Amino acid sequence: MNNFPGIAFQILQSVFVVLAAPLLVGWVNQCRAWLQNRSAPSLLLPYWTLAKLFHKDAVMARDASPLFRLTPYILFGCMWLAAGIVPVLATDLPFAPAADIIALVGVFALARVFSALAAMDIGTSFGGLGARREMLIGFLAEPAMLMTLFTAAFISGSTQLTTIVDTLAHREFTLYPSLAFAAVAFLMVLLAENARIPIDNPTTHLELTMVHEAMILEYSARHLALIEWAVAIKLFAYVTIGIALFAPWGIAEAGDWSALPVAFAALAVKLALAGAGLALIETVLAKLRLFLAPEFLSTAFLLAVLGMLTHFLVRG
Amino acid sequence: MEAISSPLAGSLIVAVFWLVIAALGLAPAHNAAFTRRFAFPLGALAGLVLAAFGLQAVWLPAQTLTLPLGLPDLPFHLRVDPLAGFFLMLLGSVSAGISVYAAGYFRAEPSGRLALINLQYHVFLASMAFVLLADDAYLFMVAWETMALSSYFLVITDHKLPAIRSAGFLYLLIAHLGAIAILLCFGVLHGGRGDYSFEALRAAQLQPAWATAAFLLAFFGFGAKAGMIPLHAWLPEAHPAAPSPVSALMSGIMIKTAIYGMVRVIFDLIGNVRWEWGMVVLAIGAATTLFGVLYALMQHDLKRLLAYHSVENIGIILLGLGMSMVFIGFGHPAAGVLGLIAGLYHTLNHAVFKGLLFLGAGSILHSTGMRNLNDMGGLVHSMPKTAFYFLIGALAISALPPLNGFVSEWLTFQAALQAPLLQNGVVRSLLPLFAATLALAGALTAMCFVKVYGIAFLGRPREPTHRTPVPHGGDASGMERYGMAWLAAGCFVLGLFPTSFLLMLNRIGVSLTGQGLSEQALESSWLWLVPTAAEEASYSPVIFLVVIVAVTALAFLLVRRFYHGRLRFADPWDCGFPEQTSRMQDTADAFGQPIRHVFGPLYRMQRDLPGPDDPAPRYFLKIEDHHWYWLYLPVARAAEFVSSKIALLQHGRISIYLLYSFLTLIALLVFVR
Repeated sequence: MNNFPGIAFQILQSVFVVLAAPLLVGWVNQCRAWLQNRSAPSLLLPYWTLAKLFHKDAVMARDASPLFRLTPYILFGCMWLAAGIVPVLATDLPFAPAADIIALVGVFALARVFSALAAMDIGTSFGGLGARREMLIGFLAEPAMLMTLFTAAFISGSTQLTTIVDTLAHREFTLYPSLAFAAVAFLMVLLAENARIPIDNPTTHLELTMVHEAMILEYSARHLALIEWAVAIKLFAYVTIGIALFAPWGIAEAGDWSALPVAFAALAVKLALAGAGLALIETVLAKLRLFLAPEFLSTAFLLAVLGMLTHFLVRG
Repeated sequence: MEAISSPLAGSLIVAVFWLVIAALGLAPAHNAAFTRRFAFPLGALAGLVLAAFGLQAVWLPAQTLTLPLGLPDLPFHLRVDPLAGFFLMLLGSVSAGISVYAAGYFRAEPSGRLALINLQYHVFLASMAFVLLADDAYLFMVAWETMALSSYFLVITDHKLPAIRSAGFLYLLIAHLGAIAILLCFGVLHGGRGDYSFEALRAAQLQPAWATAAFLLAFFGFGAKAGMIPLHAWLPEAHPAAPSPVSALMSGIMIKTAIYGMVRVIFDLIGNVRWEWGMVVLAIGAATTLFGVLYALMQHDLKRLLAYHSVENIGIILLGLGMSMVFIGFGHPAAGVLGLIAGLYHTLNHAVFKGLLFLGAGSILHSTGMRNLNDMGGLVHSMPKTAFYFLIGALAISALPPLNGFVSEWLTFQAALQAPLLQNGVVRSLLPLFAATLALAGALTAMCFVKVYGIAFLGRPREPTHRTPVPHGGDASGMERYGMAWLAAGCFVLGLFPTSFLLMLNRIGVSLTGQGLSEQALESSWLWLVPTAAEEASYSPVIFLVVIVAVTALAFLLVRRFYHGRLRFADPWDCGFPEQTSRMQDTADAFGQPIRHVFGPLYRMQRDLPGPDDPAPRYFLKIEDHHWYWLYLPVARAAEFVSSKIALLQHGRISIYLLYSFLTLIALLVFVR
């Protein structure tokens, strides 16, 4: 473990992800505004929103328990941890072996459970409603997510995200049919897990449709800022997992510092494309009824299983 | 002296000591303080000693001992090997926490009843120890039946309630069906040769067909005790009926003796495991897992809900064991040992966190008199310490890192990911699907415990609809808290230091299959959990916990440093509707509504939605188990029909019975000659 540059890079990378995450949200919002013929907000608007929220005085319900106050920090910590595991710029992450893809899914589950518990803490009807819906989406998305990741794990013979990315980045450019299935499944899980259209609408406060927003209704000021920030990191982490699994080209290898600028440019291009794609999806699709979410996510699960079976059948 | 400190003699002494405590409790029958202050704490201490001996036994070669007790020419054989040692450790360490808790829990019991509870409780513990120590079918069955009977009497502690009597009857019935199957299994293994010592049964060479018959008998016989479907029906009835420490004991430990029996008979006595058997175990395990958690989500009685989760967790254990059998059957003992380790690790984990959760449920019951989740709410304010321990148990059972439930599910996933080793294409692609079942069950468990914790502990108190007199209303008492703290610490230790347990369980794998995990897995340091090879998979719960605590604390400090900690308290937002009451919070039934929507056909549902003009609207929902109507009731009706026909023979007149004897004699003379 005497890998000082590695550890330094590890810390730098996770800080970079934490700081850059709101930028991706800003970019998606900007693209969506363009697509919808609106004049776009500034790319930096999420940062200004966070700064505004941090400066405000927090208001909290009288019945709140310590769990409610602690949850925003736990969410932020979980997402920061996730940001540390995912290879974004390089695969040289000395900390990554501490948590493989199954543990990564576990981190997201931990965050989900805490946010659902905090939502039920105040005892308003909205909190419970949001928690129930969030857990519904969560239990549907988690098996699909694991199946997608298992397909990649079978291809590379490892559940370490860094090893998977190393293996996938070094294959010759052939289309793996199993990965194609897995990629579609992963995209569907990404939309569901990050409370995007068509499963949830991040911009709505309509009680009939909101899921994630219903859970955080009681939060304000710095607590809300931390949650919003954690949500941005989660989106960033999911998009970079997708990039790492399905388009890993250009990522820097262990010890190869000169490749970092290229990796950085490649990442910026890929993120820009992914953000534009997300905005496109959110523009052309409408939100599904809540009880169509099981169908949506079981489709994702079936696609992931198909991908895995394809891998066993054609070995690719 | 050496003999006394050996694990076998030590465990035997502890078991006998439990019997002595049981008997002593009877002597000063009017002195409840004796039982509370001495019997239960001493029993807990003995449990710790037993755990130490069990731990020692895992690392030593097998020891045997013959006791000149029992029938003439049928002495009791005792033996302790790594497998038995591991389960002795489980029994000792988990029962220690539960016994300490019981010392506090039974404080309001009248002395006569308490003496009886003490008797049955410690006989129950001792009989479980003898089940684990037995080395012949005779002692095993004696101990097994003692265990069933003593737990039956514990279940019907409140025997004045008819519901509890019928729950006890159902338990006894299914326990005996299982016992018959186990007895027949020993008969098949014995095959009319030699004696009934496990040594002889192990040496017997069986035809494949007979071996499969023995496997099926052992699997369903022990499965009845473990609570796998379709033999689970007693579990959600009997566990809630018993006093909470007994529920913890039954759910945490007793159903694990069935897992012990399965591993002992299938891996050890029958031997030559076939992969087809593994597929049977996997199929039933997956069904048990899903079914258990889906029904748990529908419960609003806290203890019934926990009982259904025991069904689910038995399924998870069976998934591990089944994978192990598949790999061993195909000739991959290293992967097989990994599956076995995953299953056994989950056995220990489930004992710890389910014990903790049942104890927490007991404290709620004691403090508020409530078992129905729909009546609870806001308990975190009135019982903060119980709420803390319960949260640990809830996170552990939901398989969230870095607690213990996650480790065993992680190991099960890793076992499933060894699937490419298998030669058979169908089995190879089925194995990850079983892993997907596990993922689904894990996520559903998380949902279920969000429901339990959110509704019972968080939110605001709901108006109780039918309130029993409240005993005291405060937090759990000191002894109760020590018991829960012990098990909660277990959740952390098992979750944070899995490598030492991995090495321990590997010993069991070596002793049963002759092979163990790969060199690389065994050489990894305590910090890293590596099941196969470091580049394939690794997990470090300590680093995980340290990082998550560090970044959470860092976030907290940064926010405080750069901004401020100003906070105002106000009423919650009323959504523009000021007449909100605490009755408008989600209930346990409401929380399960999406599940009913998605998995509707799996439930037998009776629902009554009031119309919009109903002046006194009352929502009614009743969820029942399909198994009752598809399996149990038809079987019960058939049994009733057959016995009513047989009853025609009974007339109660001596002359008719003499006629029967005469006819039998004639028939025998004709056929036998």
